[in-house]
Amino acid sequence: MKDKKSFTITIYALNIIFAIIIMVPVLYCFSVSMMDLKDVYGGRLFPSRFMTDNYVRALQLAPFFTFIKNSLIVSGFITFAQVVTGALAAYAFAMMNFKGKHALFMVMLATMMIPSQAIIIANYLTIANWGLRNTYIALILPNAAAAFAVFNMRQAFLGLPFEIRDASLIDGCTNFQFLYKVGVPLIKPSLGALIIYVFLQSWNYYLWPLLVTDSVEMRTVQIGLGILTNSEGTDFRPVMAGAMLILVPSILVFIIGQKQMISGLTAGAVKG
Amino acid sequence: MKSKNPVFKVVEPYLYLVPALVLFALFVFWPFIKTIQLSFALTDPLGRIAKYIGPKNYIDILTNGAFVNSLIVTLKYAAGRVVFSIALGFILAIISTEKIKGKGFFRTMYALPMAISASAAAVIFMFVFHGSVGILNKILGTHIGWLTDQRYALMAVTIVSVWIAIGMNFIYLTAAIQSVPAELYESVALDGANFFQKHRYVTIPGVSPTLFFLLIINVINSIQAYAEVKMMTSGGPASSTNIVVYEIYQQAFINSRFGVACAESVILFIILIILTALQFKLEKKVTY
Repeated sequence: MKDKKSFTITIYALNIIFAIIIMVPVLYCFSVSMMDLKDVYGGRLFPSRFMTDNYVRALQLAPFFTFIKNSLIVSGFITFAQVVTGALAAYAFAMMNFKGKHALFMVMLATMMIPSQAIIIANYLTIANWGLRNTYIALILPNAAAAFAVFNMRQAFLGLPFEIRDASLIDGCTNFQFLYKVGVPLIKPSLGALIIYVFLQSWNYYLWPLLVTDSVEMRTVQIGLGILTNSEGTDFRPVMAGAMLILVPSILVFIIGQKQMISGLTAGAVKG
Repeated sequence: MKSKNPVFKVVEPYLYLVPALVLFALFVFWPFIKTIQLSFALTDPLGRIAKYIGPKNYIDILTNGAFVNSLIVTLKYAAGRVVFSIALGFILAIISTEKIKGKGFFRTMYALPMAISASAAAVIFMFVFHGSVGILNKILGTHIGWLTDQRYALMAVTIVSVWIAIGMNFIYLTAAIQSVPAELYESVALDGANFFQKHRYVTIPGVSPTLFFLLIINVINSIQAYAEVKMMTSGGPASSTNIVVYEIYQQAFINSRFGVACAESVILFIILIILTALQFKLEKKVTY
């Protein structure tokens, strides 16, 4: 009995220690973003008083609201596009029979074997040739479909009973009507997971936006943050404020959607 | 009624695939072919093919040191990132699966790094590791240039990526541990197994497919890492953090040597394919 108690205490202690270790960089970032210069040079962990000047300074140094607007537009459209292209393809793969289905599915999966970084130069040249640099289209279009989204939604559609579709089709529903009136609403839980995952991923894109944009007005949050690090020398406080500005939206999205996202992501991949 | 038209009925499934397949063709398969094509060519600064030069780009990159160095750097970086982020994710998954209160809170904390972008993580740690004003030197009482000394720079960059990779590993391993049949734990408990024996003989074999899955994913992600290096060290000092994607980026966009960069990309691709194939083989052997 005593053993068990000390075991529980050990587990608790470990959890608390690890939770602190994992969270410390974010907490420290917040702390520095509130400091005055003396706190920083004094090597303090907490600000002596909370001040928001660094946030004001960050916003003066770089148009953060523009970056955030750009990232919201780009991530929003990428997510929407991946869901639409993914739902259509997934529906065909899961619910319809046609010639070459297996081969086409393999083609789709093969895209997962080609890492995006290995083809990024050729993609850049395509976008540059089309005269699309510094446009939203350049940021969105190459990411508008993903095998992961297709695969994920296909799994969800496969989980639906076939009778539902048969009954709807007999009632005079077209496939397309069935897809958006019945199919998509029925897979809402895993769709929610996918949406959050894709949104977070595209919010965090770095190399692609760096390559296809070079005007400040078209930069996304991740690249925008770099502008701050180059402008203030060793005064990291506005940089930390900027980092908080881009971290808060993604952390919020994560906390709101984590339950759905976790069950949705692990459902297909883990056999246990 | 459209759906009664026999031609439409045959064509319809393909229409659903068109948007995704067109996008894949334009932005995955075509650039893939173009990358291979460019890798055998000399290009002008706009990336247009000037002339084909056979395997010269490949011979160049494999003999001139910079690329080979970047592969070695990437190997070290990937090894560190994969081992530590999986090991830590596993420990976190184990301690947060025990029956304790506040489990949900701990799990949220452990998964949270998933939401943190490499660039945000990079700027936070640029400050932590900063030679003169950084908190790490202040705490340790040292004056080490963590990002400017070639003995430490790669380690510093690796720590940052371990941190952001933990979240995903934790999530997958937690799901895997939860799906290990409870009877197995009950039976080892009857045999008097302690905490470590329990995990050694039940959990680890039980989650081994997930461990292999994560190994692949983490290796692939590590080999594709870029933002941390670009922001924290720009590949330096003395190329000690010049990981392969950064090397490719420099050849293409700093030196305008698109052919060379594409040859490097092709080698990167071949390495990833070999690794993936190897993992699949290994996975079959180990789990059965």
